[in-house]
Amino acid sequence: MSDLLLPELDELTSPFWEGCRNGELRVQACPDTGQLIHPPRYRSPWSPQHAPRWVTVSGLGRIWSKAEPHPPLIPQFAAIAPYNVVIVALEEDPSIRLVGNLIADANAPINSVPFEEIRIGARVRAVFQRVTDDLFFPRWILER
Amino acid sequence: MLKDRAAVVGIAETPFAKHLLPTETELACDVVLAALEDAGIKPSEVDGLASYNMETTAEHELAKNLGLGDVTFFAQTSHGGGGGPGTVGLLAMAIATGQCRVGVAWRSRKRGSGKRIWADKAASAPLVTAANWSRPWGVIRPADEIALLTQRYMHEYGMTRDHLANVAIAARKHANNNPLACMYGRPLTREQYMAARWISKPLCLFDNCLESDGALAVVLVGADRARDCRQRPVYVHAFGQGIGQQTHSMINFFNDDPLRGSSWPCAEQLYRESDFKAADIDVAQLYDAFTPLIPFSLEAYGFCDVGEGAAFTENGALEVGGRLPINTSGGGLSEAYVHGFNMINEGVRQLRGTSTNQVVDARSCLVTGGAPVPTSAIILRS
Repeated sequence: MSDLLLPELDELTSPFWEGCRNGELRVQACPDTGQLIHPPRYRSPWSPQHAPRWVTVSGLGRIWSKAEPHPPLIPQFAAIAPYNVVIVALEEDPSIRLVGNLIADANAPINSVPFEEIRIGARVRAVFQRVTDDLFFPRWILER
Repeated sequence: MLKDRAAVVGIAETPFAKHLLPTETELACDVVLAALEDAGIKPSEVDGLASYNMETTAEHELAKNLGLGDVTFFAQTSHGGGGGPGTVGLLAMAIATGQCRVGVAWRSRKRGSGKRIWADKAASAPLVTAANWSRPWGVIRPADEIALLTQRYMHEYGMTRDHLANVAIAARKHANNNPLACMYGRPLTREQYMAARWISKPLCLFDNCLESDGALAVVLVGADRARDCRQRPVYVHAFGQGIGQQTHSMINFFNDDPLRGSSWPCAEQLYRESDFKAADIDVAQLYDAFTPLIPFSLEAYGFCDVGEGAAFTENGALEVGGRLPINTSGGGLSEAYVHGFNMINEGVRQLRGTSTNQVVDARSCLVTGGAPVPTSAIILRS
């Protein structure tokens, strides 16, 4: 598997992926205001003398947008195209959005839900799929 | 203030094609020389250079090859297609403040025959500031990033594929009149648009810009000297740049309103000192790597209200003779994709009165950089 599929692990990203390994969705929060922050920063924009802290969120959200990539793509993705990508707005703060994929069930691939069946506004829940020993990718299933 | 203090007095472009034989540096040399010739200015007089930070030809390499004089101002603009008008704006500032007297801006790029940047992680990393939060899930290309914003815009404001087709067809009609355009002689019908293959749903083939090789350059001098040059001067009237609060480059999904990107503060700065407001703009060259960037830009630059950008494209509004003719050379969609620099040259041609899709009595032209990245824009006037 090409490293194009995998995120860089560093001090800004590791806490997120550590959470995913433990089945938890984590994002940063401002230490002063509690306002959530994503993608992670070195400093909170609302309290820039402080580093943000990491908090665990519910893993619930709503689909904010969707797309369906078709080739030409890099080979790993061309092989499973077309697949869906979605943006999910978190329940705790809808201005905090995560890129992901909507899948039919926790073990299904990212081409398991057709684009046309994805409804913007639908409630979804994070699940965590093992990609490597260290990396469990958050993906999304419909919350019934 | 830079208002009307500097003018574009020379322009040039190489042929545009899927594959050109010369290297990017050779194309840069040839096109800068041709722009100086157009202006009637000797290479030894050039003392200011502005380029994109993705340009492969360094300033001193260009200077050594062309025998430029001592260069006293040089600067680069960032964020790919956001930076085009910025190169002209920087030169206008430098000339207005006395940092240089003869400035050259250029872009030379072999994106048609070269590699696709999105397929190369190292090359694309500095362009997408938060790629770690999009690529692992398969949002690989700029088309995928813009598809997500487009689908949301469709959901919020009722834009349809017919609106996007309006943009693609207007650009193609203009290209069909422009012998320089890659799509000269190749009409595009609505039926062809609707039947095209998907690239990233909801975007089809014709919603994407071309992949082309080419180079362009412009020459600027102070207003006093401009009056004595070979060509009718085209003045840099206003200049803006913008990085919206909490915005990201390309994957702008994470600020409070992702449909309100960096173009908004750029437009505010652009119009701050400008005598021309949106209603006074005769013709516009709006950066068009993707068709939906046109409705986004129409809103950001004040041609209509939020949510009205799609409807604005109806009834031929974007074509010559319409409410706001845009991208009159065919733009990135149908002339050539050279990181938007061809929009600058076409803006100059409109105000010289030499466009192949001339807007009658055009006196002002807006030229914008890419809407979804830290960006720039200029207003040119005759």
